Amino acid sequence: MIQLHDITKTYVLGTQELTVLKGVSLHIQDGEFIAIMGPSGSGKSTLMNIIGLLDTPSTGTYTLEGRKVSHLSEREQAEVRSRRIGFVFQAFNLLPRMNALRQVMQPLLYQGVHRHEAIEHAESALKAVGLADRMHHLPNELSGGQKQRIAIARALVTNPAIILADEPTGALDSKTGEEIMGLLDELSANGVTIVMVTHEPHVAEHARRTIHILDGLIHTQ
Amino acid sequence: MLYFLENLRSALDAIRSNKLRAGLTMLGVIIGVASVVLMVGIGQGSQQQITERIESLGTNLLTVSPGSPSQTNVRSLFRRAGGGSSTSTLSSDDVSAIEKNVSGLIGISPELSGTMQAIVGNKNMQVSVIGVTPDYPVVKNFNVEFGSFITQGHIDKREKVVVLGQEAAETLFGAESPIGRDMRIEQHIFTVIGIMEEKGQQGFTNQNEVALIPLTTMQQRVQGTDKLSSINISVERQDQMSQTAALIEVVVRNQHRITNIANQDFNIANQSDTVETLNEVTQTFTFLLGGIAAISLIVGGIGVMNIMLVSVMERTREIGIRKAIGAKKRDILQQFLVESMVLSVLGGAIGVLISYLGAWIVTNYAETRAIISFDSILLALGFSIGIGVFFGILPAWQAAKLKPIDALRYE
Repeated sequence: MIQLHDITKTYVLGTQELTVLKGVSLHIQDGEFIAIMGPSGSGKSTLMNIIGLLDTPSTGTYTLEGRKVSHLSEREQAEVRSRRIGFVFQAFNLLPRMNALRQVMQPLLYQGVHRHEAIEHAESALKAVGLADRMHHLPNELSGGQKQRIAIARALVTNPAIILADEPTGALDSKTGEEIMGLLDELSANGVTIVMVTHEPHVAEHARRTIHILDGLIHTQ
Repeated sequence: MLYFLENLRSALDAIRSNKLRAGLTMLGVIIGVASVVLMVGIGQGSQQQITERIESLGTNLLTVSPGSPSQTNVRSLFRRAGGGSSTSTLSSDDVSAIEKNVSGLIGISPELSGTMQAIVGNKNMQVSVIGVTPDYPVVKNFNVEFGSFITQGHIDKREKVVVLGQEAAETLFGAESPIGRDMRIEQHIFTVIGIMEEKGQQGFTNQNEVALIPLTTMQQRVQGTDKLSSINISVERQDQMSQTAALIEVVVRNQHRITNIANQDFNIANQSDTVETLNEVTQTFTFLLGGIAAISLIVGGIGVMNIMLVSVMERTREIGIRKAIGAKKRDILQQFLVESMVLSVLGGAIGVLISYLGAWIVTNYAETRAIISFDSILLALGFSIGIGVFFGILPAWQAAKLKPIDALRYE
């Protein structure tokens, strides 16, 4: 499903060059639940962004579902992002001034799905994450756990190939964090591919495979 | 395009969530649009007013007056009403010559006028006394309301009869009916036979303060001259005004034995030329006012751009999220364009409403009027949409071109 081959990423900061990824190769199977661990500055977030097509690698190739996507145009990347990838962020990253239902509808509307159909899908995604009774609430009326559930519903609603979760429990207390992890386990059990970045070992335990990244290189696999 | 409605909704949400800022931004557009529409309206209103005023003097009117033709029509319009000239070169012989040689005329009204003291009992006032012929009402489009007008019989016998303007009659006779009563003009006793209808200002003469008497009486009994202060001629067909004017010029020139045009001692004012000239003047005036107002509209547009730029900065993270969940460049571009257009169009619409209020105030409380035409509303609204696009495109483009990763990392 996901094949990364010898990915490097170098940032230019003024006159200095900073190489964050120094040749990462990774193969992720369809339906896998994988955790990427590593200290801050290790390059795990950069790797995540490259997998999510939010960032492009300096060298190396990235193949998603058999298609080489590492050097697509911005427009094509947006298209792939829209249809094949769902994001869950540490800071929830919900849109302001929108109720839960509208939040979850947005990815579909961007795809050009008709409104009534988008509402239908969004409602079932919100039911799937246990928010059937919070559909018309604004983000600021909801708890952290509920916000993250909206974010997961939003990531799920397009029926993506992979869900990328960047520290999904980082902003939650441990009890709520466990609930969110339970939800991800459930998704995984239903066959969704999940790639999760975390630095908490007990969160990583939910994954079936954990890779450690250190100084831009995969350490153990 | 499917996302358009969603963008419109987001734009309204964004404006609603920051009402004060949106209001202040719109204020620039509101003031701009209101002033453009109102200024153009005032220009068009005064144009209409001037045209109406001139047309009330009688359309299809040619005026022959003494003096060299180098003076402009507009000036002669005002000068004509200024009273009899002692150096007048026009006489009743000119009138006969025109009558004999020019066809297609509705009427010829020779006039001799002067400002004089009118007295009834212990009341007196300055009136403008005009010696006229029976053609006067037809030519000047100014009719008798009560009693009767001066007849050929009065002219032939040089009778001392007078027809008063409304204000003159009121001032001198009060509430009583003046018809059949006597009054004094200078040292002569006249009998009032009629009262004219109410009429507006003509040049510098208040037409409601006139005293009309037979031309022969004015010439021979009051002023002792055979000259005329002007000859007004009403032409049958508007499209023959210029032709007729040229013919009259030749006839009067022959009558005066003038061979060199430079020595011409009279001039002919064409009412339709006057209307045209004044229309040009007011049109220029309208453009000038509208142009100045348009500058404030541009300033308003810059205000929109300024706020949109700030808004893009503030919402960088939102843009990043939208891109992460599938927004393309053009979705973001559209989102911010829609927002700036909503601001400017809303401002434009409020501006149009305010210009209506302004026009009402101007028309009711000022000495002029403002006409808000559908055209100027379309123009102003078109302009504000244009401003929304023009001043929104830069901020929207800045938003659209943000890289998703940079936008997401933005704190």
